[in-house]
Amino acid sequence: MARYLLRRTAFLLGSLLLAASALFVLLRLLPGDPANALLPVGATPEQIAAARRQIGSDLPLPEQFGAWLGGLARLDLGTSLVSRLPVGAEIAERLVVTVPLTLLAFALAVVVALPVGFLAAWRAERWYGPLLNGLAQLGIAVPVFWIGMLLVTVFALRLRVLPAGGFPRDDWADPARALTSLALPVVTIAVVMSASLIRYVRAATVDVLGSDYLRTARALGSSFGGAMWRHGLRNASVPVIAILGIELATTFLGAVVVESVFALPGLGTLLVEGIAEHDYPVIQGVLAVSTFAVLVIGFAADVVQRLVDPRLRAHVSGGRP
Amino acid sequence: MVTSKFAGVVAALALALAACGSGPGNGTGGAGASGAPATPDAGAVIEIGSLYEPQNLDNTAGGGQGVTEAFNGNVYEGLFRLTDDGKVEPLLAESHEVSPDGLTYTFKLRKGVTFHSGKALTSADVKASIERVIADGSQSARKSSLKAIKSVEAPDDATVVVKLSSRSISLVYNLSYVWIVNSAAEDLATGEDGTGPYKLGAWKRGSTLSLERFPGYWGARPANNGVVFHYFTDAAALNNALLTNAVDVVTSEQSPDALAQFTGNPDYKVSEGHSTTKLLLAFNDRKAPFDKPLVRKAVSSAIDDAKLLESVWAGHGSVIGSMVPPTDPWYEDLTKVNPYDVELAKRQLAEAGYPKGFRFTLDTPNYDPHPTAATFIKSELAKVGITVDVNVITADQWYSKVYKDRDFAATLQEHVNDRDVVWYGDPDFYWGYDNKQVTQWVEEAEQARTEQEQTELLKKANRQIAEDAASDWIYLYPQIVVASSKLSGYPVNGLNSQFYAYGIKKG
Repeated sequence: MARYLLRRTAFLLGSLLLAASALFVLLRLLPGDPANALLPVGATPEQIAAARRQIGSDLPLPEQFGAWLGGLARLDLGTSLVSRLPVGAEIAERLVVTVPLTLLAFALAVVVALPVGFLAAWRAERWYGPLLNGLAQLGIAVPVFWIGMLLVTVFALRLRVLPAGGFPRDDWADPARALTSLALPVVTIAVVMSASLIRYVRAATVDVLGSDYLRTARALGSSFGGAMWRHGLRNASVPVIAILGIELATTFLGAVVVESVFALPGLGTLLVEGIAEHDYPVIQGVLAVSTFAVLVIGFAADVVQRLVDPRLRAHVSGGRP
Repeated sequence: MVTSKFAGVVAALALALAACGSGPGNGTGGAGASGAPATPDAGAVIEIGSLYEPQNLDNTAGGGQGVTEAFNGNVYEGLFRLTDDGKVEPLLAESHEVSPDGLTYTFKLRKGVTFHSGKALTSADVKASIERVIADGSQSARKSSLKAIKSVEAPDDATVVVKLSSRSISLVYNLSYVWIVNSAAEDLATGEDGTGPYKLGAWKRGSTLSLERFPGYWGARPANNGVVFHYFTDAAALNNALLTNAVDVVTSEQSPDALAQFTGNPDYKVSEGHSTTKLLLAFNDRKAPFDKPLVRKAVSSAIDDAKLLESVWAGHGSVIGSMVPPTDPWYEDLTKVNPYDVELAKRQLAEAGYPKGFRFTLDTPNYDPHPTAATFIKSELAKVGITVDVNVITADQWYSKVYKDRDFAATLQEHVNDRDVVWYGDPDFYWGYDNKQVTQWVEEAEQARTEQEQTELLKKANRQIAEDAASDWIYLYPQIVVASSKLSGYPVNGLNSQFYAYGIKKG
C-alpha cells in the first residue's frame, strides 16, 4: 500500500504539472488581452502599450510561464492582473464559501440518494419504485437555475424565511447566519446531484439484486437484509464510490450558475470573471487549485474503492462508471 | 481509472466558460447628490446594490465604472465637484483665477483638509494627483481631455498653478474627475488615501465593498453611519435582494421587466433621472459601403429606433438622433435629421449605388441589450434589402477587434460618458469619422473664450455629424434608481456612474 501511495502521489503531481502547462498554453491560444479589461474607450495606442507593459502581458510566453511555475513551486499563485489582489488570498476567500457549499450539498445528496436509489431498485414492482425513478429523471432534466429561482420565489420572496442570496460580510463569524445563507443554494445543488446519484445507485442495486452470490447467500439461509449487508452493499458501493467522486468534483467546479443566482462570492464566479477579463493568473490559479482538488478527490475515491474491493488491490484500479 | 475522468471536466468547463463575457467597465462621469447632508441620524448603514463592481480601486489603472460609483465624492474628492444638474462647483479648491490669455490657472486650496491617513493636504498632493492622470502609464479615460496641460506647479502649500499649451475651457470641468490622492500613498489599486467623507472599510471582491465614516472629514458629516456596496452579476438576484430588504437601493436598473415589482408598491420608490449612456450603431466610416454618408443615412432611416426602445425599455429612455444627451449644454433635438422612413431609405440606397442593398457583418457584444438590438436591426434592414450577419463577440474581443484593430464593418456599443461628442472631432477614433470642418469646430470649442461660444461651436459639430449620419444613435438609456421608500437623499441622475452616498438618510 505504501508503494502504491507513493506512486499515486507522484502521478498526482505529474498530472498537476501537465494540466497546468496545458492550461497555460490553451489560455494563450485564445485571442484576448488582459489589458483590454483595464482600458477605457478613448485610450490612445500609447496608453494601450503602457497598460500591457505594466501588467506584463507583452512579455514573451516562456518568460511568463517560467515566472508562473516558479511561483507555483513556492505555493505563490501570483497577483491578479485586473484587481491587483494576490490570487492565493482571493481563492482562499472564495473557498470559504465554495467548500462548505459543495460538501453540504454533497452530504445532503448522498443521504437522500442512497436510500431512494435502493428503494427504486428494490421496489421496482411497487407503485412508488417507478415514481421515485421518474422524479430522479425529472431532477436531471430541469435546469439548475430554474430550481434555484423556484426556491428563491417560495422561501425568500413569498415565505420570507430564508435570504434570497448573498453571504455574510464577516464570513463564518456567525455560523448560523452563514449556514442560513447557504441553505437554498445547498438544496438547489443537492436536488440536481441526488437526481443523478439516484440513477446510479438504482443501477448498481439492480445489478446486485440479480447477482448469483446474493441468490447463493439466500439459498444458504441468510436473510435478505443479512445477505445485502454482507455481500450486496460492498459490491454495489464500488461503482457508486467512483460516481460520488466524479459528482463531487463536478459540483466543486460547476457551482457557477448557483453562485450567480444566489449572489455567492464563490470560486465559480471568480473563474467566470477571470475568463471574461483574460486575467491569466486568476484563471490559472483557480484551475490549478480545482484540478488539485479534483485529482485528490479522484485519488481518495480510488483508495476507498481498493479498501472496499480486494480484487482491485492486485493491479492499478479502474472504477467503472 | 477514476482520475482520468476529471481532466475532461476541467477542460470542458474552461472552454465552455471561455464563451462567457462581461460588460466593459469603461467610463467615468458626473452627477450630484440630491440635497445637502442634513442632521445625521442615529447611525444607520446604507446597503447599496449594484451591478458594477470595481475591477480595482484605482481610476488611473482600469478601475472602471465601478470604482467611480463607489469612490467618486465618497472616498476621493476633486478640486471641483459636479452637481446634480451638471454644474461645476469648488470642492477642494477654494477659489481659482485664470490669466487673461487663458493659459495659466491658479488654484487656492481649502484649508484644514486631511487625508484618511492623517496627513494634511498640500499643493504637492494636487500636483502629483494631476500628474498621475496625465502620466504615460495612466489608463485614465480623462488623459486625453487634459492633454492641453503643459505643467503643474506648487509655488506654496496652498497654491497650485496649472499651465496650458493651448486654451482649454473644459479644464475646470475635467478637473472634477481628477481624484486628489495622498502623494505618499502606495498601492492604490487595492487601498486608498483620499480626503472624502468616507474611508474604505473592506473590499471583498465578488461580494461587498464597505465605506466607513471618516471622523477627520473637513466638511459636513455624512447623513448616515457608512455604506456597503453589494455587488451582483445577476440582475434578478439584485432585485431579489431589494425585495427582501437585503439592500436599500439599486444604483441603476438595467432591465425594465423587474420594474413592475416596484412600481405601485408603497414600500419602494422608482426614480427616472437622466443618463448619458447612448446605444450606438457605429459604422466603420473608413470602409465601403459606410464611407458614403448617404448609405449611413439610409441605414439610420431604415431602423425604427422608437420601436426598439419600446421593446427594450417599455416606455423609459428616449430617442436622441445624435451623440449629445439632454444634460450636455450643447443638446438640441435632432431626431428629425434622419427620421424613420423606409421609402426614404430605399431612395437613398439607390442614389448611393446600392439599389439592391448589400451585406455586412455587425459585431455585437454578447451582453444586454446588444444581442436584442442586433436581431431587431437585422429584421429592419432586411426590409430595404440589406442583409446583416450578426457576429456575437465578448467585451474583450470588441476591444481587440473593433477598438484596437478597426477590423469591422459596423458594431453596436454603449457609450456612457457625458460630453463625448468631441470624439467625432478625432479622425483617429475607432469609427473613423473624418470631417475636417467638425475637427476644427471641436478644437475651436475647446479654445473658446466663453461657454456660450463653446456651446455654439459644439452645436454646429453635433448638427454636422447628424447630417452625415456619422453613426446611428439609436437611443439614450434611462437612468432608473429604485429605493426603499424609507430612504431619501440619494442621487437620481448618476450621470453615467457617480453615486454620492453622504446625503442618504434611512428612516
